[in-house]
Amino acid sequence: MADASKTLEQWENQEYKYGFVTDIQADSAPPGLNEDTVRFISAKKKEPPFMLEWRLRAFRHWKTMTEPTWANINYPPINYQDIIYYSSPIKDEDRPKSLDDVDPKLLETYEKLGIPLHERAALAGVAVDAVFDSVSVATTYKDKLGEMGIIFCPFSEAVHEHPELIQKYLGSIVPYTDNFFATLNSAVFSDGSFVYIPKGVRCPMELSTYFRINAQSTGQFERTLIIADEGAHVSYLEGCTAPMRDENQLHAAVVELVAHKDATIKYSTIQNWYPGDENGVGGIYNFVTKRGKCHENARISWTQVETGSSITWKYPSVILQGDNSVGEFYSVALTNRCQQADTGTKMIHIGKNTKSTIISKGISAGRGQNTYRGGVRINKGAANARNYTQCDSMLIGEDCGAHTFPYIEVKNSTAHMEHEASTSKIGEDQLFYCNQRGINLEDAVSMIVNGFCKEVFRELPMEFAVEAQKLLEVSLEGSVG
Amino acid sequence: MAMLEIRNLHARVEDTEILRGINLTVNAGEVHSIMGPNGSGKSTLAQVLAGKDTYEVTEGEVLYNGKDLLDMEPNERACEGVFLAFQYPVEIPGVSTNYFLKAAVNAKRKHHGQEELDAVDFLELVKEKAALVELDSKLLSRSVNEGFSGGEKKRNEIFQMCVLDPTLAILDETDSGLDIDALKTVAHGVNCMRSPERAMVVVTHYQRLLDYIVPDFVHVLREGRIVKSGGKELALELEAKGYAWVEEGNATPVATS
Ligand SMILES: Nc1ncnc2c1ncn2[C@@H]1O[C@H](COP(=O)(O)OP(=O)(O)OP(=O)(O)O)[C@@H](O)[C@H]1O
Ligand SMILES: [Mg+2]
Repeated sequence: MADASKTLEQWENQEYKYGFVTDIQADSAPPGLNEDTVRFISAKKKEPPFMLEWRLRAFRHWKTMTEPTWANINYPPINYQDIIYYSSPIKDEDRPKSLDDVDPKLLETYEKLGIPLHERAALAGVAVDAVFDSVSVATTYKDKLGEMGIIFCPFSEAVHEHPELIQKYLGSIVPYTDNFFATLNSAVFSDGSFVYIPKGVRCPMELSTYFRINAQSTGQFERTLIIADEGAHVSYLEGCTAPMRDENQLHAAVVELVAHKDATIKYSTIQNWYPGDENGVGGIYNFVTKRGKCHENARISWTQVETGSSITWKYPSVILQGDNSVGEFYSVALTNRCQQADTGTKMIHIGKNTKSTIISKGISAGRGQNTYRGGVRINKGAANARNYTQCDSMLIGEDCGAHTFPYIEVKNSTAHMEHEASTSKIGEDQLFYCNQRGINLEDAVSMIVNGFCKEVFRELPMEFAVEAQKLLEVSLEGSVG
Repeated sequence: MAMLEIRNLHARVEDTEILRGINLTVNAGEVHSIMGPNGSGKSTLAQVLAGKDTYEVTEGEVLYNGKDLLDMEPNERACEGVFLAFQYPVEIPGVSTNYFLKAAVNAKRKHHGQEELDAVDFLELVKEKAALVELDSKLLSRSVNEGFSGGEKKRNEIFQMCVLDPTLAILDETDSGLDIDALKTVAHGVNCMRSPERAMVVVTHYQRLLDYIVPDFVHVLREGRIVKSGGKELALELEAKGYAWVEEGNATPVATS
């Protein structure tokens, strides 16, 4: 054992030295994935040795793994050697010069969503400086937060400026061995966000990648790490309601949350990646691993609105390690056209008096397929654990599908479990009632669907809730009549 | 020109013919009552007029202010002033009554090229009408009909009618399920709506309602046809003698007015 690790170390060091002489002048790595690709990425980002080592360990582990097939999704095999794993941020001269150069269809959607003009441009990839100085906006916030000791920066920056935090927490919740996609991410992730809230600090504003419109350059393998120290509070928003233009088909992100004693982390996502066209051509494959760990009295709350991507594979989970900790999952997943979603959560009860709530709303329209997959585990020591699960599915039309796979494992007899599930077709009678009052079919559908999702939307921060409603409207277009 | 002109209307569900040649003329300012045994087709007639597509119209025509009503989408009919108070109002979870009604009001205004009502004006309108039918304003912030009592649902229908200010109001058994005090308030709401420009078709089983909402005409529907028509005294006669009496050769199949 000792010998083996010694050789590994030597080998790593040797490789590492070699890695640094890799030509890093090129803007992109050639397609394909091998150790050189990993070194190239690490070198490009001028990472300290511990990062490269970690990436390489992940990569070596990944080679021993096979892609999972248990999810209720179908897609042609992905050739991992065809993918470009690193390309540097788009240069301004390669971006569209103005909105006139942008696909009108995309702009139309932005308009319907009520996105302000300058943001539309930024989202569509128009050179940001020309329209909106997002950097200065970000810096303003950063200064203000910095005074409170809050760190909010790109992941790659944190690697350089707070290596001790990264070393301590990276992979502590989602280890690099976790699963096929998370392991791949660990080897090749490009960037992401890092948040640290110090002891007892309540973050005074919603932290959002929305402020960092340049998030578009973080690429297909994002990595986010959020740490709330004892008694800290933070609410984090990810994504935006506009469909993000992206050339990459495979997305494999990882999010790790650490909520120390008495801390609260609220993580909200609106995911609206390109869903593919009516015939299922194109669209993002979104394979995401999200997990948080709660220490004593801590609370982690995941809220997600998933309307984009051609495939969504995602199970934000909470490990309820500390006594009296609380985990929550509120989800709306909508599949229209040929979209497929297999999503849900896992709540692992370890501490005593731990509590979890799961509310999942699946909406299927068109030829969409929507699967809820949820696991609740009550460990032996988790006395008086409680779980409440409610998963509701709504079908719009005849060609879509809804599926529910709840897994429950209870090893402590004091557990209290409640489970409710329903599947309904969008009511003809409800639609007619709305129509009879003068409301047209499309508005009636979005009104009924929004009502169906209410319990989840009210968990979103205010401004986001409004956008989420609009987003559903746009995503449902053409699903009836 | 009559406001509503129904000529030889036939409608069916799958293979079952439910309406078998309805003729009825309703003029502005009139209140017509439709009575008839269970299953005779009263609700079907109401729903066909409102545009429910479960029912297939196989014959006949319906003119509304001279326009082909059957050719219009249900929401178009509503915007043109047709209102149906449902016998069984549905629940819409998660959608507040206020929000729903505001969407309805503004859909209609948009249809007529008017500006949308802003929140303040809408609230004022709603307050006034809620007071008229004594609807507890707490219900307005609850989801549409969700968990409402039977009586509250009916009251909510009449409340919506008052807010939407229709030209032709069809009330399908709005009285059933109401206690006597509620019946009086609902009738009061309806009577406030009576005007020379508006017409009403009131479906009911009970003469009692007609003490409060006095109709100009009463029609008896039986097996999909209007088999007898008369004035308000016909309702009293029916109450005394029962529907069997209509069968005993007293049928006058053509509608008056
Ligand atoms: N959607 C439907 N599918 C099948 N049959 C229907 C449908 N709607 C109505 N019917 C039938 O048509 C007939 C007339 O029904 P309708 O509801 O119009 O009667 P009604 O006069 O309103 O009765 P009630 O006084 O009980 O309300 C009944 O026999 C009913 O079962
Ligand atoms: Mg009826």
